Amino acid sequence: MSEPILQVQELNAGYGDFSALEQASFSVDHGQIITLIGLNGAGKTTLVKTIAGLHKPTSGKVLFMGEDITRLSAEKIVSRGLSMVPQGSRCFNRMSVHDNLLMGSFPKSARKHAKETLRHVYELFPVLEEMKKRPAGTLSGGERQMVAIGRALMARPKCLIFDEISLGLSPAIIKDIYKRIIQINENDKTSVILIEQDTQRALRTADSFYVMLKGKMVLSGKSNEVDAEMLKKAYFGI
Amino acid sequence: MYIIQTIINGLLLGGVYALLGVGMTMIFGIVKLTNLAHGEFIVLGAYLSVVLAPMLGIDPVLTLFVSVPLMFLAGFLLQYFLIGKAMKKGNEPALLVTFGLSIILQDVMLLIFSADAQHINTSYAVASIRIGELEISVLNIVLFIISISAITALSAFLKYTHTGRAIRATADDTDAAALTGVSVKKVYAIAMGISMASAALAGLCVGMKWTFYPSSGGSYLLIAFVVVVIGGLGSVPGTLIAGILFGMAQVIGGANYGLLISYIMLLIVLIVKPKGIFGK
Repeated sequence: MSEPILQVQELNAGYGDFSALEQASFSVDHGQIITLIGLNGAGKTTLVKTIAGLHKPTSGKVLFMGEDITRLSAEKIVSRGLSMVPQGSRCFNRMSVHDNLLMGSFPKSARKHAKETLRHVYELFPVLEEMKKRPAGTLSGGERQMVAIGRALMARPKCLIFDEISLGLSPAIIKDIYKRIIQINENDKTSVILIEQDTQRALRTADSFYVMLKGKMVLSGKSNEVDAEMLKKAYFGI
Repeated sequence: MYIIQTIINGLLLGGVYALLGVGMTMIFGIVKLTNLAHGEFIVLGAYLSVVLAPMLGIDPVLTLFVSVPLMFLAGFLLQYFLIGKAMKKGNEPALLVTFGLSIILQDVMLLIFSADAQHINTSYAVASIRIGELEISVLNIVLFIISISAITALSAFLKYTHTGRAIRATADDTDAAALTGVSVKKVYAIAMGISMASAALAGLCVGMKWTFYPSSGGSYLLIAFVVVVIGGLGSVPGTLIAGILFGMAQVIGGANYGLLISYIMLLIVLIVKPKGIFGK
């Protein structure tokens, strides 16, 4: 196995005087699915926002495919192949589903393959093709998540971050969306980072896991060797 | 016949009013900024045509080929290096910067062009076409064509191009746009460039239609404001409809009641549909 696709080294970040991330480190191998779990406010979203370039770290390093991307802007990071499906889908509500997806192929590297990738996305989510002319703001929560995933795929990412994808969705839809995530991982060899509160499902899907608490990584390991008691202690900090 | 004549005059005038508002509505909708210097941008556009036409020895309308790109560039740089920096500190500092810009521009134009009244003259300024009992001014037709083509081109640009889509996406959600690879800073600069380019067009139109002074910006800003609010902040088609309504009101009310009717219309829209006709 070559070096990891993503390496996060001792990342610190915060909001004003409040420190949201303390020495957070983790890594993702090529084609691997990992999950970051933890309570509300544990710093998971801050961590992935900092990786994606939406939030500036105070110190630490992010290496993507061996290159330092710590201080790059969000748009430059996307064009290097690291995409994120943000919390709450964040579709462009006033734009059609089709335009939302086309926006995903905005980076120059993705634009020349836009047609082909779009066909791929419509194969993955046939329901989106049926409603491609509708404004994204009129769709249901699950459909909006599909648009957000499709939009992220349009950039042809090598690594994909899902920030609380199951938040506010019904179990049936969550199950369906997880099926697609596994499909994306298997077919395209895309590495996946799942940020979750639905711990059980995330652990079943991921190869390895990291538990965050109050901005720190408190436990990590292989998903199939997880010790329930230790996990509970780390998760709640007891 | 009188009614048809009035409708035609109002419609033609409305195109120009819409053009006054369209640059402002873009900045409202995309950059989320109230640009208090937009009136001065329009006056600057008018002076550019005044200076360029004799300099290049061409019809004032053709000066657009120089003034539009020039103003686009000025808007781009202004947003990128000045207003954008102020926006990082919050909305109020940026608003104050545009207010400061409007004062500086007014004084610079006063210094260069003096306080004398200016007008952009053309050979067809007083010509008119007769159709039966109807009499339509050629100038008004030219201005209407310029306005409508500009607004249509802008709408198509926003709808069908990569950059246009990126602009709409940024207006919707800046973080999500950045996550799709859009440089928000650059999009804002392009939007301001387009806004100033539209001011170059609007400046030519008002300069051909009315006399203007370095201090005329305030009255254009007011018209732009009304049109933008009636049409719905950030809506290009809304601006067009509002401009035409405003134009009709002006013509129907004439010199005495035109403004009164326009502002009553504004009040009614604010009461019935506070977000404007096309507001979301």
